[in-house]
Amino acid sequence: MYDVAIIGAGIIGTFVARELSRYDLKIILIEKDTDIANGTTKANSAVVHAGYDAEPGTLKAKLNVLGNSMFDKVCEELDVPFKRIGSFVIATDEEEMKSIKELYERGIKNGVPNMKILNRDEIKAKEKNLNEEIIGALYAPTAGIVCPWELAVALAENAADNGTKIVLDRKVTDIRKKEDGYCLYMDKETIETKYVINCAGVYAGEISKMIGDNTFEILPRRGQYNVLDKSAGNIVKHVIFQAPTEYGKGVLVTPTVHGNLLVGPDAEDINDRENTATTRDRIEFIRQASKKTVKSIPFNATITSFAGLRARPSTGDFIIEESKKAPGFINVAGIESPGLSAAPAIAEYVKDILKEISGALKEKQNFISNRRPVIRFVELNDEEKEQLIKKDPRYGRIICRCESITEGEIVDVINRNVGARTVDGVKRRVRPGMGRCQGGFCGPRVMEILARELGKEIMEITKDGKDSYILTSKTK
Amino acid sequence: MQSYDIVVIGGGPAGLAAAIEAKKNGIDSILLVERDRELGGILQQCIHNGFGLHIFKEELTGPEYAEKFIVELRKLGIEYRLDTMVLEIRQDKVVTAINSEDGFMMLKAGAIILAMGCRERTRGAINIPGTRPAGVFTAGTAQRFVNMEGYIVGKKVVILGSGDIGLIMARRMTLEGAKVLAVAELMPFSGGLTRNIVQCLDDYNIPLLLSHTVTEIKGKDRVEGVVIAEVDENRNPIYGTEKFFECDTLLLSVGLIPENELTQNAGIEMDPITLGPVVNEAMETSVEGIFACGNVVQVHDLVDFVTEESRKAGRSAAKYIKKELKTKGLMVNTKPGKGIRYIVPQRIRLENLDKTLDLFMRVDNVYKDMDMVVSIDGKEINRVKKRHVAPGEIETVKIKREDIIALDYSVITVSFEKEGA
Repeated sequence: MYDVAIIGAGIIGTFVARELSRYDLKIILIEKDTDIANGTTKANSAVVHAGYDAEPGTLKAKLNVLGNSMFDKVCEELDVPFKRIGSFVIATDEEEMKSIKELYERGIKNGVPNMKILNRDEIKAKEKNLNEEIIGALYAPTAGIVCPWELAVALAENAADNGTKIVLDRKVTDIRKKEDGYCLYMDKETIETKYVINCAGVYAGEISKMIGDNTFEILPRRGQYNVLDKSAGNIVKHVIFQAPTEYGKGVLVTPTVHGNLLVGPDAEDINDRENTATTRDRIEFIRQASKKTVKSIPFNATITSFAGLRARPSTGDFIIEESKKAPGFINVAGIESPGLSAAPAIAEYVKDILKEISGALKEKQNFISNRRPVIRFVELNDEEKEQLIKKDPRYGRIICRCESITEGEIVDVINRNVGARTVDGVKRRVRPGMGRCQGGFCGPRVMEILARELGKEIMEITKDGKDSYILTSKTK
Repeated sequence: MQSYDIVVIGGGPAGLAAAIEAKKNGIDSILLVERDRELGGILQQCIHNGFGLHIFKEELTGPEYAEKFIVELRKLGIEYRLDTMVLEIRQDKVVTAINSEDGFMMLKAGAIILAMGCRERTRGAINIPGTRPAGVFTAGTAQRFVNMEGYIVGKKVVILGSGDIGLIMARRMTLEGAKVLAVAELMPFSGGLTRNIVQCLDDYNIPLLLSHTVTEIKGKDRVEGVVIAEVDENRNPIYGTEKFFECDTLLLSVGLIPENELTQNAGIEMDPITLGPVVNEAMETSVEGIFACGNVVQVHDLVDFVTEESRKAGRSAAKYIKKELKTKGLMVNTKPGKGIRYIVPQRIRLENLDKTLDLFMRVDNVYKDMDMVVSIDGKEINRVKKRHVAPGEIETVKIKREDIIALDYSVITVSFEKEGA
């Protein structure tokens, strides 16, 4: 019997798991996909928002500003790159100036620190390549960028280090109320738990319905992006948003924490919760729309495009509460933007709810707050590189040429707690295949290392999900 | 810090030929570094024959072609290191590299020869919409799996792009029992060699769909099919012409990109069309003593041309070390004229020319019955009739040294004109 079962190992599920692993609780984190962070967490803007967007008084507003302030600590503890680079919301006419002033006012009410409205010269001093037609911008220095899936993986690893059981490839198909808790039915097994925390992203509504709570729905809204090569990563130095207009929120242009350039997203309501396909017209739309921010982004340096689904709640705000239909069942649903920014605060908020329901939570004596540091070969200086290769020659073998990733780093992420099992799993953790050749050279080598470390045949290695086989047979 | 007269970066056909030629021209202190586990580069996975017709007058397979050079390299006692990655090249010709055995290395070079080759353009770069399942491979990666690792990558295959690797893989996959449904080509002509279209597609009844492209990839975990549509003269898909092809694999042969990150980081001047460094008649880049050859300079069609170009780079580097390369004197630029996309070399120091100047170029379209006209500062000096030219095959022209009457910064232009015009 578990104390807590968390459904969904995205950024929210992993944050909640890590937070609860501070306490004397028997926890299981259940994920339907082959890896952590395989849904919305791996396909979004990767921005930690300052917090001026949400309506004052909403959970979104409160948890965004609080969550933002918690990022430095958690990213340091877990050795995850996070850069507080600041954000702009640009305005090109008086109408838009009015709207960024409204955002400023809202930011003040929400408690966003150090915002400023910049004039043309002040913008020019901070950003050289923006469209000349921009007349003003809201500047928020607390906005930042992070890699959401690296963070989720780190959280999962740390939660596992602290005793959380993590199971992958397990889809919850039904939940039944029992006298002292719940029974969770999965494809092949069932587990019992006192409390359930529903962090199922775009499927949170489906999970909630299993215990008879139909009070909300999750309406997936797709967004598409272009990722550009690092050669284009310096075009802007801050997260650049466009002022919201009656036609929509506009697209953002931002460097990523690894130095690429990200452009997107659009917004499109769709029915299929698995539909993360990109489309020609939408990619063209974001490319056109980006011109308002930077006139000529070199889209010929695009290395990939992707789409993700926002978990938009029918209620408009985050839904974080014990279900009124099912005691001990906590919904953490509708976590659309600014969900990533709010995530650390959401985890604490959930902990408080659980504390209240359960009466008390007892802190562990031996909680491990820090994750074993990750070696990033490319960031070492010459002497450190020399020392490292002497110690472990596997760091002297570059597997991914584009991102300079060594065999040592790949082996490490396979062998860690909640380690990589698939080619994309390795890619998400340590980046081989994220570069300009997109795995053309290193793909076969990564498969070889995976097979060797996992004691599998190379034919068994998949790209991502268990049905995403790469090789079909041996040659004649 | 170890020192060498010449450090060659890359052990494919370009690096091998350059190192051998430098040695034969009297340089003993040479180091060749290769990032892969074996010498020979991409030739090792090209197990089909047809290599070496120009230089060896026989049809060799890729590995056989490479072996000739590897044997010679060893016989000449040229030092090489495998599994070794160059991290940085500095303008003062210090090269930093790593491998498992020697660890972190700083190498001081008298001259450097860049021979890193090229990589394949990917799905992301050409922005094919749809899902992102397993089963989408660049043709070269698929070729590596099939020919070197011994695994088949799919059973029902569509190929986008009719570059040579795509054509070769159409045949290879067919021979391995896969069904190749079609090769779609965005342009109204193939980018591959004519002989490959005949031997790899026609002989196996594989349709070549010119002016077609893949507009969508379908499938969640593994490719379940692709949508192919016809394109208009602006290469945009024509609405209503979409056809679904059920398949488990999409191979991409949509172009090669010279691998020049080291070059760019060293601050070497680049040509925006070739995507390689700007080079002079000696295959020397904008940084004195750093030479380049092979696919890192321009993407070649035939390995024999790579070998010839690389021999020139090897000879030049040797001359540079021996201080025989002239760095002063008249300098002329080349400039692509009508119908030509680029010319290599881009700069010529006339003092270093022997009897002739060889120019290499690619045309921007298929042309029939045209004159290739060479002029200096607008004055015609040479005219050659061309029955048929295509972007898939490099054009060359030889200009006699005595015909080049030029001033400093004169411009040599090559253009295509209507016959007799």
